[in-house]
Amino acid sequence: MLIKFNDEQAMIRDTVREFTKNEVEPRDYYMDQNDAFDRELYAKFNELGLGGVLVPEEYGGMGSDYVTSTIIVHELAKGSASFALAVEISHVAAEMITNWGTEEQKKTYLPRVANGDLFAFGLTEASAGSDAAGIRSVAVKNADGSWTLNGGKSWITNSGEADVYLILAKTDPAAGAKGISAFIIPKETPGLVIAKHEKKMGMRGSSTCALSFDDIHLPADALLGPEGIGFKIAMSVLDGGRISCAAIATALSQHAMDIAKKYANERVTFGKPIAKHQGVMFKFGDMSALISAMELMTYEAAFQKASGQRCTLIAAQAKLFAAINCTQICLECLQVLGGNGYSQDFHVERLVRDAKLLEIGEGTNEVLRMVIGGTVLASN
Amino acid sequence: MKILVFVKQVPDTTDVKLDPKTGNLKREGVVSMLNPLDANGVEAALQLKEKYGATVVAVSMGPPQAEDVLKKALAMGCDEAVLLSDRAFGGADTLATGYVLSKAAEKIGDYDLLIFGRHASDGETAQTGPVTAAFLGVPQITLATSLDIQDGWAVCTRDTEDSTETVRAKLPALVTVCAEINTPRYASGAGIIKALRKPRTTWNHEDLGADPAKCGIPGSPSVTKRLFEPKREKIDTVIFSGEKEEIAKQFVDMLEAQHLI
Amino acid sequence: MTKNEANGIWVFAEQKNGVLDKTPLELISKAVELKQTTGEEVTAVLVGQGVAALADTLIAYGADKVIVAEHENLKSYSGRPYQKVVAEIAAKYKPSIFIFPATAQGRDLAPRVMCSLGTGLTADAVDLGFDDEGAFVQTTPAFGGSLLAHIAIPELRPQMATVRAHVFDALEPDFSRKGEVVAETVEVEADRDYEVLSTQEKVKNGVAIHEAEVLVAGGRGIKKEEDLDQLRELAGLIGGELACSRPLVDDGWLDHSLQIGQSGTTVKPKFILNVGISGSVQYMVGMEKSQTVATINTYGGAELFDISQYGIVADYAGVVPAIIEEIKARKKS
Repeated sequence: MLIKFNDEQAMIRDTVREFTKNEVEPRDYYMDQNDAFDRELYAKFNELGLGGVLVPEEYGGMGSDYVTSTIIVHELAKGSASFALAVEISHVAAEMITNWGTEEQKKTYLPRVANGDLFAFGLTEASAGSDAAGIRSVAVKNADGSWTLNGGKSWITNSGEADVYLILAKTDPAAGAKGISAFIIPKETPGLVIAKHEKKMGMRGSSTCALSFDDIHLPADALLGPEGIGFKIAMSVLDGGRISCAAIATALSQHAMDIAKKYANERVTFGKPIAKHQGVMFKFGDMSALISAMELMTYEAAFQKASGQRCTLIAAQAKLFAAINCTQICLECLQVLGGNGYSQDFHVERLVRDAKLLEIGEGTNEVLRMVIGGTVLASN
Repeated sequence: MKILVFVKQVPDTTDVKLDPKTGNLKREGVVSMLNPLDANGVEAALQLKEKYGATVVAVSMGPPQAEDVLKKALAMGCDEAVLLSDRAFGGADTLATGYVLSKAAEKIGDYDLLIFGRHASDGETAQTGPVTAAFLGVPQITLATSLDIQDGWAVCTRDTEDSTETVRAKLPALVTVCAEINTPRYASGAGIIKALRKPRTTWNHEDLGADPAKCGIPGSPSVTKRLFEPKREKIDTVIFSGEKEEIAKQFVDMLEAQHLI
Repeated sequence: MTKNEANGIWVFAEQKNGVLDKTPLELISKAVELKQTTGEEVTAVLVGQGVAALADTLIAYGADKVIVAEHENLKSYSGRPYQKVVAEIAAKYKPSIFIFPATAQGRDLAPRVMCSLGTGLTADAVDLGFDDEGAFVQTTPAFGGSLLAHIAIPELRPQMATVRAHVFDALEPDFSRKGEVVAETVEVEADRDYEVLSTQEKVKNGVAIHEAEVLVAGGRGIKKEEDLDQLRELAGLIGGELACSRPLVDDGWLDHSLQIGQSGTTVKPKFILNVGISGSVQYMVGMEKSQTVATINTYGGAELFDISQYGIVADYAGVVPAIIEEIKARKKS
């Protein structure tokens, strides 16, 4: 492998891998069946003290970088893509608050990230996804500097479970993308209503609900960053989110291939394990090559981000490449299992359902192609 | 109180395969790990440390890469680590291993308690602890399912075939622990960061003042002549099939033929 | 000691409170078989206090000679006094082979004796024999039973091993058999640093699994703890006991005493039904000597089918209740 982890990263990889094998992977089936986030598992995960991987040490975190946080997401997703997705949001929150928060906000919220409070980040609305300017939630500034928020959000990961919500709303509806601001909203805030729990195809171990804001009164210091730069804040964490999605897709592919591999070596047809049939063997040749490529792209993007380089292109490429191939690999693995693959008992069908989200969330394949294509065509 | 906890690096047992040509263990792609029962040993030591205060020293004999299990022990919360690494230690059976471990315990000195996992998942001999105790001349409690210190004695419950005993051994004593004794903690993020700043020492046979004739292959009376995979003849299976009621009928017919009902 | 001066096959005759464990009798049976190759005498070593009467039993089961070491400080087992006495006797008589039951006591004692004698000790042997060159070879599982090793102790004596319980069958006792009983005078101090404070006998619910003739065993495939009640009921209906593979013990659903396998108990019942167990090597080494094996698994490729006479490829959750109903219906009629 080109990727060389330092001692700390290797040990964190090992401890998360062990945790995933013992605690996460056995519960993934049940999270899916119950269509629910596993609070108990999340509490157990937080005993590892890894929630604060990106939180600076002075705020009670580990002060590690994006390579380490990617390792954590990658290893967790080998056992449960949806659980990794839920955890990943805390990395987004850490990044947003560290980079844009006031000293007071950092002191209040970063230790909460580090201690494993669950965060949610809300941009998407029924009419606004990648097209962020379409946001209709509106925060109106009151005379005393406080805010009144109305509107709602859709498809918010961790909503319904989160302790703190980071929400984007228009503060200057006439100013388009430049009229959007970010707010920090604790879950107990009056007027914050958890609406419809989405019945999802997959990723059912992470909670996804709609939110409605009903005359929410927010103090002046709920504003994260200067007024009007909410869109910029959202864009600043986009790369990290995409790298995490790429890591999840890579791990999910690995998870599916591991199951298929075990099956192929055990299942006998025509007097030999199906692994010895060339048609099956070829699938593994292709899949493992693709997974290695995904892994290299994912960590290349993470290294670039960790070293402070602009990584938008590689992050988008890694996410697009990993997501597309992840779905295909999961389908191929299902095929290896034949009829059993179609049964929930053999787990691969769940992974297929999980995989599809990765082609949609954090930028659909199509949006990413626009981002990548546009960048490539514009460069010299 | 000073606690020495002995840990071993073992291959992940589910990965073990033999090379069909050479008959040797296939090492390629085999992942190493901390022997699971040794993780219980570390946890037992750390719980005593948290309860009464103690310095916990993790000790391992093995090749240089066995340092990984010591780093893990440190990340879990041990205070110091000693690696016993020397070509002269290679190929040791339990007698030679116990000899080297006892020399290390003597060199560290002032120990109150020595903790071992009941057995290592590779050789599964469950001997290294008792042999080390015999070399040191200290009492031992094997198969401990609980461990506490009271008035200078190690007090344990131990699980035998037909009884549960409560026994005590005067410190310094050696205890081997079963999996039931606790659930080992995971190395935490903070633990890992701290572990990499903790002291680690490596000793060879000269550092220990160990007699090379008693170490490694020369010091090992036992020889592994052959390692092989158990072979099973596949037999013909009568498969009952159909709707579940039909299956049940056929199955119970069989039980009747076996005079089980 | 070296091989030229050593002679005799010894078995450590473990006893507790004057009651002989069954395992030494199984080991004597194997020792008698080894004797057919080497011609060496089979000696049982009996250590304790007030245990001399057990010598006759050991002779009836095949021992040619019994060495009895009695002392008040040996009344209950303690590592260091037993180590001293057993090692001294062995050093005096120089046996060639010395085997111990792989029980809690045997595993505690044998390594210490080995250390005193400076020889080799094979752990948990499942077979003993001689190879083509006449070397004494002990077969022992490694890596959770996924591999077997042949261990030899070529130069030094005695060649020691602990041997698993329930692997060999004891001989039919012949109480008319004559043998030599040697009372050994020993001096030993009490171990003031080791003390058994209390002993609680394990409550035995039903028959221990290694003694049961019929077993119904559940494994990783059992989805809910409550489902074990089905297996328990089925076991009851066919006169058997409930057992399990390792995952159910790890999950805390069942006691370790019900676990079959390398890290549990070796069983050889007349009939065993495996439910939701795929058949890891470590499980199979613990039950492969069962007479009739039946297996229920959703996965037809499960390894246990390889050694099963009867199989059902289906979800136990549907089939087991159907079987229970069928048995009940037939019992009624």
